[in-house]
Amino acid sequence: MTVRSHTLVVLVEDKPGVMNRIVSLFRQRGFNIDSIAVGHSETPGLSRITLVAQGDDRKIEQLVKQLYKILEVIKISDVTDENPIQRELALIKVTATERNRSDIIRLVTDVYQARIVDATPDSLVIEVTGPPEKVDSLITMVRSYGIKEIARSGVIAMARGARVVAPTAQPVVA
Amino acid sequence: MAIETRERPRVSDEPQREPQLGAHLVLQALVREGVEVIFGYPGGAILPVYDALPYYPIHHVLVRHEQSAAFAADGYARATGKVGVCMATSGPGATNLVTGIANAMMDSIPIVAITGQVSQSVIGMDAFQETDITGITLPITKYNMVIRSVDEIGPAIQKAFYLARTGRPGPVLIDIPKDVQLAKGYLAPRQELHLPGYRPTIVPHRRQIRRAAELIRQAKRPLILAGHGIIISGATEELVRFAERTQIPVGLTLLGISGFPASHPLCLGMVGMHGHAHANRAIHEADLIIGIGMRFDDRVTGRPSEFAPNAKIIHIDIDPAEIGKVLKTEVPVVGDAREALRLLLEELEPLEHDDWISQIRSWYRPIRTEPSGPDGVLQPQYVIARLHALTEGKAIVTTDVGQHQMWTAQLYRCDIPKQWISSGGLGAMGFGVPSAMGAAIGRPEAEVWAVVGDGGVQMTLNEFATIVDEQLNVKVAIINNGYLGMVRQWQQLFHNRNYSETPISSPDYVLLGQAYRMPACRVTRPGEVDEAIQWARSFRGPALIEFVVNQEENVYPMIPSGGSFRDMIDDTQVEGEW
Repeated sequence: MTVRSHTLVVLVEDKPGVMNRIVSLFRQRGFNIDSIAVGHSETPGLSRITLVAQGDDRKIEQLVKQLYKILEVIKISDVTDENPIQRELALIKVTATERNRSDIIRLVTDVYQARIVDATPDSLVIEVTGPPEKVDSLITMVRSYGIKEIARSGVIAMARGARVVAPTAQPVVA
Repeated sequence: MAIETRERPRVSDEPQREPQLGAHLVLQALVREGVEVIFGYPGGAILPVYDALPYYPIHHVLVRHEQSAAFAADGYARATGKVGVCMATSGPGATNLVTGIANAMMDSIPIVAITGQVSQSVIGMDAFQETDITGITLPITKYNMVIRSVDEIGPAIQKAFYLARTGRPGPVLIDIPKDVQLAKGYLAPRQELHLPGYRPTIVPHRRQIRRAAELIRQAKRPLILAGHGIIISGATEELVRFAERTQIPVGLTLLGISGFPASHPLCLGMVGMHGHAHANRAIHEADLIIGIGMRFDDRVTGRPSEFAPNAKIIHIDIDPAEIGKVLKTEVPVVGDAREALRLLLEELEPLEHDDWISQIRSWYRPIRTEPSGPDGVLQPQYVIARLHALTEGKAIVTTDVGQHQMWTAQLYRCDIPKQWISSGGLGAMGFGVPSAMGAAIGRPEAEVWAVVGDGGVQMTLNEFATIVDEQLNVKVAIINNGYLGMVRQWQQLFHNRNYSETPISSPDYVLLGQAYRMPACRVTRPGEVDEAIQWARSFRGPALIEFVVNQEENVYPMIPSGGSFRDMIDDTQVEGEW
């Protein structure tokens, strides 16, 4: 089976220690997390985690089953094969000089529809939102100017169309 | 005793008029959950609970090390089917529980561990005897929690017991800061628990049952592998009916022992690394494996890619994460073993596999049980065989971990569910004596034998004091070969006989028994075995027998770690009748 990147949407009860349990599970069972992003969901008391992890289908199935055993995990949906909307936010601080500042600004705003959110005589902070590939691409393009700092939010994902990830289905645990 | 003169507070769901100390509420909640016994050890951060303890109808067993409290709670749970409870203070008390909790996690044993914690005002300050025990036990508990206010005591304890005993059972730890024990409040009535993320599947899907039944009908050489789930779900009767109706032989995992009667004609005994050769060969030749309440542990499968190479797999387990974890599974069945067997019985008509069964029987060779080796020294297998014969196979038997454990698994043929208590997944030495203690407390009418090695017994022999204090009907049989025998066997077979740090000395166990006021004797010759066992059985209460046995005897058959049936080492089998 082929190893590929899976995007999992996980709904959890918003209680102390839940993130610890999830991260600990990854460590304990030898799974790697590429990206993890957490925030409130549409339902009060439920948080929504978007996890990106590498693995073949069998390994990911095992990961999902193990995650379900965490008491506070309500619902897990592997949206990888559904062409989900995936977005990431990044802040990138680059070195900018008198000479190249306008080049950077043009590249960032025209090509990537990103924004400059802070400027000093020798630096610019770029804010970019989009699929992770777009963020990667922008970072590659500005690398030659000199990157001082990068902060990425991790990917969040949502299925297209009417389908929702909601805590209605019956999870199975032991 | 002073206890009897004190008035016991009433424990009921009626609203309480006066607020009470959290420590009292803890005990009231425990009584409400049906707790009769706690294995524990007091200390600073759990003192308020100990202060309240004499007022409640709970028998506290003072162990000599907290690890034994957890092992004893485990043994109690295995022998009774009830939730075992252990209690310790914060810091070292709590960390000493860890091995016992891990053991319960690996073997799916329902225990609740209660630990004191420093007051919340100093949590995180590296206070005296502060340890992050919920952090430490996160991966080795089914669930754990810190009770942060007195109002949470009732619901938390109710939830802990519910989680420990339902679904796939396991250990739950409750950490209670001292200020919560000392705060005043009310015990909330028991209420329906809101656990949206916890809904174990009990009744399997009918479609999966039909698919399983279809494979069973088609199979020519089917084999059942029955595990601990049979005992946990109380499915022995259903399994016997199922095996008889379908005429499918049954192999047992180490923890499945006693789940299907060893004396049943369809029972093949234990499978796996030290399983019977005919049972492992049956796996190798089978065209269908029906795993029930077991998890294809590596000690069962050896190298998974060569395990049951000709078989399709039906896997019945209450934990969906176990299915497909190790082996590709044709028919997964998620549910309680007993429910699954009931449904399968509804689907299946009588079947016959006479050729297959007689083929397996033709492979059978008994494990040798001669009294003495070539040089006349006592053989350990003979001791176990005699123990089985003289106790008529009816004792509760606990073991430690190692060679004696495997000989006992092979030769103490168990017919009664819950009579076999052994540390499986964790393989925790030191388990034998304290688990026997727990079993004897839970089943006071029973004759309990702790079969232990000279290595393991020295890890927890401090509990002789507890056994004597409680005058438990525990007979300790020490199989003394002067080595950490199983490790020595591996050194002999796989490390060129380099017996690095495996010879181990022992105290004079007879003198030690006397020191603990425990009747004790030593056996060195085959002719003394029966007499010693009969002596120990002739009175109620603790006894110790040291059996000095052949030092370099090995456990056979053996499939080396990571090997397959083809790699089996088996040079001790003799001719014999099925």
